Parts: sequence; C-alpha cells; structure tokens
Amino acid sequence: MTAPTTVDARGLLCPMPVIRVQDKARGLSSGSRLELLATDAGVHVDVPAWCRVHGHVVKACYEQDGEISMLIELGGALPGNNP
Amino acid sequence: MTTAIALISGGLDSMLAAKLVLDQGVDVKGVNFYTGFCVEGHTQSIRSREAKKPKRNNALWVAEQLGIELELVDVSEEYKRVVLNPKHGYGKNLNPCVDCKIFMLEKLKELREQGRLAFDFMLSGEVLGQRPMSQKRTRLDIIAKESGSEDELLRPLSAKLFPPTLAERRGWVDRESLLGISGRHRGTQFRLAQEFGFEDYAQPAGGCCFLTDPSYASKLSDLWGARGRRTYELEDILLLKVGRHIRPAADFKLIVGRDEGENRFLEGFRRRFPHFKPVSHEGSLVLLDGAATRPNIDLAARIAGRYSQGKDTPEVTISYTSCDGVSEDLCVTPMAMHEVRNDWHLGR
Ligand code: SF4
Repeated sequence: MTAPTTVDARGLLCPMPVIRVQDKARGLSSGSRLELLATDAGVHVDVPAWCRVHGHVVKACYEQDGEISMLIELGGALPGNNP
Repeated sequence: MTTAIALISGGLDSMLAAKLVLDQGVDVKGVNFYTGFCVEGHTQSIRSREAKKPKRNNALWVAEQLGIELELVDVSEEYKRVVLNPKHGYGKNLNPCVDCKIFMLEKLKELREQGRLAFDFMLSGEVLGQRPMSQKRTRLDIIAKESGSEDELLRPLSAKLFPPTLAERRGWVDRESLLGISGRHRGTQFRLAQEFGFEDYAQPAGGCCFLTDPSYASKLSDLWGARGRRTYELEDILLLKVGRHIRPAADFKLIVGRDEGENRFLEGFRRRFPHFKPVSHEGSLVLLDGAATRPNIDLAARIAGRYSQGKDTPEVTISYTSCDGVSEDLCVTPMAMHEVRNDWHLGR
C-alpha cells in the first residue's frame, strides 16, 4: 500500500483544513489515502462531516500535544471530478 | 439529468431554496464560499459560555441534512476587493451585500469555465424585500444582470414574483411548486422548515457574515484607521471576531481574551504577536497588535493586570513575550477601572 498524501494544515483555522483536504483530494482516485496534519480541534467535526457528505471515511485519528493527525480514505464522489 | 448549483451559506433560506429544487428531481450540488467573515459554528462557540452550542460548519451540516455534495471554496484573498471597494456601497454596516452576491455568482460561472463545477442553472436563497439594501427588486435585478447570471439564476423562495427564468421555461423545475415570499417576516420559512423536518438550523442574527455586525464593523474601521490604509490580512479579520479590543493609543491595540475559550483561541496567535500573561495571578492572555515600544509595553502590562485576578492588588507580575520569543517578567500596578477609558474600547 502506498504512503498517504500529506495535507499540512497546521496553524490553519477551520474551515481551511477541510478546504485543503478537499483540494488535495481533487483528481485523486477512490481508495487513495490522505493524512491531514492539523492543530485546530474543529477538524474533529468538520472533516468527518465532509467525509460523510462525499462518501469518504476517516480511518484513524491521533492527537498528541495539540497536534492532530487524521487518516482519510477517499471513496464515493470526488470533488471536481465532474462527469 | 439537470444539475443546479446552490449557494449554501449555512443559514435557513439557502437550505430551503435548495430543498425546493431538490424535491423536483433536480441534481443539486452546493457551494459555500469562505470569505473569512463567515459566521460559522466554530467561531460562535469560541467563547466558553457558548461552548454548549454545537461546534460545526453550518454549510457542511446543511449539505448533510439535504444529502447533497458541497464544494467549499476559499475566496478570502479575492474577496478583499469586494470589501474594500464595493461599487454598490455598503449596507447598514460594512456589508457590501450587492457586490458580494455579484462576486459569488460570477465566481460560480468562473468555476464552471474552469471545469471545477458543472451545472445548468444557479440557485440562491434570496428573498425579495427581506434585507433593506440587497434584496429590493432593483438590487436583485442588478445582481442578476451585473453577475451575468440573469436567466440562469433561480430564486426559489421568491420565484413567483419574478418573470420565469431559464429553469422554469425549460421545464426543469415546475414554477407552481416554487414560492412567492417577500418581506422581512420569516413565518413561511419557519413553517417550511418544520414541514421538511429541519431542526437546529443556524440563524445568525443580522446576516450571513460578520460584516453586518455593528461592533465588528466598527473594529474593522478602527483597523483601517490605525493602519492608515484600507487593507487587511485573514489573520486580522479572524482576530476581530474574538476578545475585547482596546486601543489606548493610535499606534497599538490590545486583544484581551474574555474567557477560557477565547484565551485558548488567542494562544494560537502567540508566535505572531507580542503578548502578556499574568503569572502572579490568574488572568487573560493579551495580544499586542502594533508598535511594541517600551512605553506601550509598560502601559499594556498595566492593562493586562486590570484583566487579571490581581486587579485590586498593589502589584501583579505579568510575563511579556516578544515576537522573537524572548520573555521578561514585569511587576506593575494594575490599571484602575476608571483609568481604562471608555473610548479605548472598540466596537462597544
Ligand atoms: S451578509 Fe455578508 S455574506 Fe451575506 S450577502 Fe451580505 S456581505 Fe455577503
């Protein structure tokens, strides 16, 4: 399995981390994985909500010393991949 | 299948507009523009006393309730020209609503040209006559015309009060199922929300962004005045949403956390601003925005003492940290209540 693509959104406030994830996901295929690094606790709510809306899945989430790492697996509809 | 793109602010009107069209079998997708001024769940719940409110992004919440996809688009840089130079002026405060709507509709079309969005027509939750400035008939006509959306723009909540648009004429939507709401009363919207089973929707007072808020607008005007030019960075406008803003002199202001939630939020800005934190007593984190000269630092330390538990003691120790991360302890007499002048408080 290839390493996930990293999205570094440390220091950014919501909704910017979710926008960064979304923009990185554009063009990736279903099954691809992204690792989000963030510091705003709002991502605990926004990213799962964004995943539910688009059919992606949060596979894991770790938090240490205020730094959050979230593993997301893409599935379903991918933003920007219009028919 | 016919596709519509809906401007989703996170409030009730755009949610209802999208729902009315979705129920007609149209494939509706949402777009939410992040301008930096947005009123959204997270910002509202920064304050501890409001921490019980759900922390959420309202636009994502709306998309989830409706079962539609949502594209979030960061327009914070481009949006500056709308706020700084609105052709159609401001509303009651610093809200450039007419230019803002034109900008958003233009942006939708631009995203279509770039291939990022695909749609046959656009939806907005505007209601005729609901807002004094932007939702008068003439203004709504200007918005449709100047954005170049004209016929492609459907306003489902007030559609019957306008000539049929492309979507109605082509039969993509049934005009009879759309509404003819006008005016400031929101009874019909509340009734509809109940019929659709929408609960817990966001209802920001005033409007969909902080620019409609008089206190926020006055802090933004102060920022422009102090800098001698009308400009801002994203960081500036986020900080205006939080804390007590005190300007004791033209060349600096202080941002004082009002509770634990705000202190935590301000902590995120510690590396970028000189700051003060009481060490002898409990107290607020205070950021200094402006000239960190010795007289300003000394004055600020006394004000930081005022907003600490030691405010009535003869002396408090305040730790001051510069932008370079160098800290020093300052022993100061907290400023007395009457010394903190009323006109120093911004946005009151
Ligand atoms: S309230 Fe703010 S976001 Fe809403 S139309 Fe006016 S300027 Fe734009």
